[in-house]
Amino acid sequence: MSRVLLFNIIRFIVLITMQVFLFKNMGYYNLATPFPYVLFLLMLPLGIPKWLLFLISFFTGLTVDVFYDTLGVNAAACVALAAIRTTFISITIQLENHETFATPSISEMSFRWFFIYNLVLVFVHHFVLFLLEAFTFNNLHYTLIRVILSCIFTILLILLFSLLFYRKSRR
Amino acid sequence: MRNLWIFISKFSNFFLFILFFCLSVILIIRNNGFQRASALNSSNAFIGNVYQKIDNFTQYLNLKQTNRFLSEENAYLRSQLKTSQYNDLVEQDSVLDTLGHTQYTYIVARIISNSIHQKNNYLTINRGSNQGIEKGMGVISSHGIVGIVLNVSPHFATIQSLLHADTRISASLANSNAYGSLVWGTENYNSQMAVLRDIPNHIKVKPGEDVVTSGFSLFPPGISVGKVTKTGKSGDSFLDIEIKLNNDFNTIQYVYVIKDKFAAEKQKLEGDSVINE
Repeated sequence: MSRVLLFNIIRFIVLITMQVFLFKNMGYYNLATPFPYVLFLLMLPLGIPKWLLFLISFFTGLTVDVFYDTLGVNAAACVALAAIRTTFISITIQLENHETFATPSISEMSFRWFFIYNLVLVFVHHFVLFLLEAFTFNNLHYTLIRVILSCIFTILLILLFSLLFYRKSRR
Repeated sequence: MRNLWIFISKFSNFFLFILFFCLSVILIIRNNGFQRASALNSSNAFIGNVYQKIDNFTQYLNLKQTNRFLSEENAYLRSQLKTSQYNDLVEQDSVLDTLGHTQYTYIVARIISNSIHQKNNYLTINRGSNQGIEKGMGVISSHGIVGIVLNVSPHFATIQSLLHADTRISASLANSNAYGSLVWGTENYNSQMAVLRDIPNHIKVKPGEDVVTSGFSLFPPGISVGKVTKTGKSGDSFLDIEIKLNNDFNTIQYVYVIKDKFAAEKQKLEGDSVINE
């Protein structure tokens, strides 16, 4: 329990730091900008209470927003991600009691499951993020191109991180 | 109440999402300049549309006033146009020559009123006494004689056209130097034709021969006036020669007013000799 908490705190600090100081400066023009900090939200324990999940998502987003000077945009995107995450997990996994603190990662789950999980959640996050950033439905195709290209970028980065810390499955 | 709690906890995901999402959007709109502006704008777009629809109806009520304003503005703008201003600059062309002193100088003027269809035709030019134009000066265009200055005001002058029953100008045939008087002719209504009177019978005149000014009157000698088209007798000893004028009075725009340096002197001398007779 305390180990899970510790890992999550370290993950939060490392990912937010990298996001703010490293990935903020990366991008393909402004078409593809990566947001791999969502990996923190993806890897919160499976059985986390909903209210806590939403609260953490909100404040994680807010933290990034403070650095990006876009107060609320990332927060909203993270909240949307949290909502989809709960739904996705409740549909795909039958939770057993001892798995409450299990982390949804490649090591614990299958690669296929993690990939789809990653894909869906990152897409939702980016879709909400870029739409709110543009704050208009004009030039929707341009916004969608940004969403898709950024998604690809972020997903690749997240897979890279996950594989870096891959350990042989205990399952 | 218990049912409500069950309902809320059953759909807690949705409610939490709504709660936090609304919180985020409020933050976005309150704290980000662009989103705030566009949120206000999109609500304004609706109101603006309503106002525009109403204005579409009400503008008809003001049409009369609007028209009046527009025509007043038109009049004002028209007065600002280049064409409604006059030019005080006088172009007087004279050649500086120490050997042959210039007798004639020319003042360029623009015709601002013209007629060719009357029995007595007059022109008005945009130069007057302020620019040195005096009564009785000759007026020519690049193609020939136009007329004689009749009246002068500070800014304008009227010209008695060659197409006038009373205009007589001394002209001569280019080949024989025989001179007569150039008139439009009393029964002539063609602005292209004129008549050269008082040429003696014995002079041989060929059709196509040039007619030029003689230099006896207001005009310098040798200005081409027109070409002979037909000759005929007008009595016992004189010929009536029909001339086709070089000038097209219909399209004439710029003229030169001739300033003769010795006109006054000449007039005084001739007047004296008339009295002496």
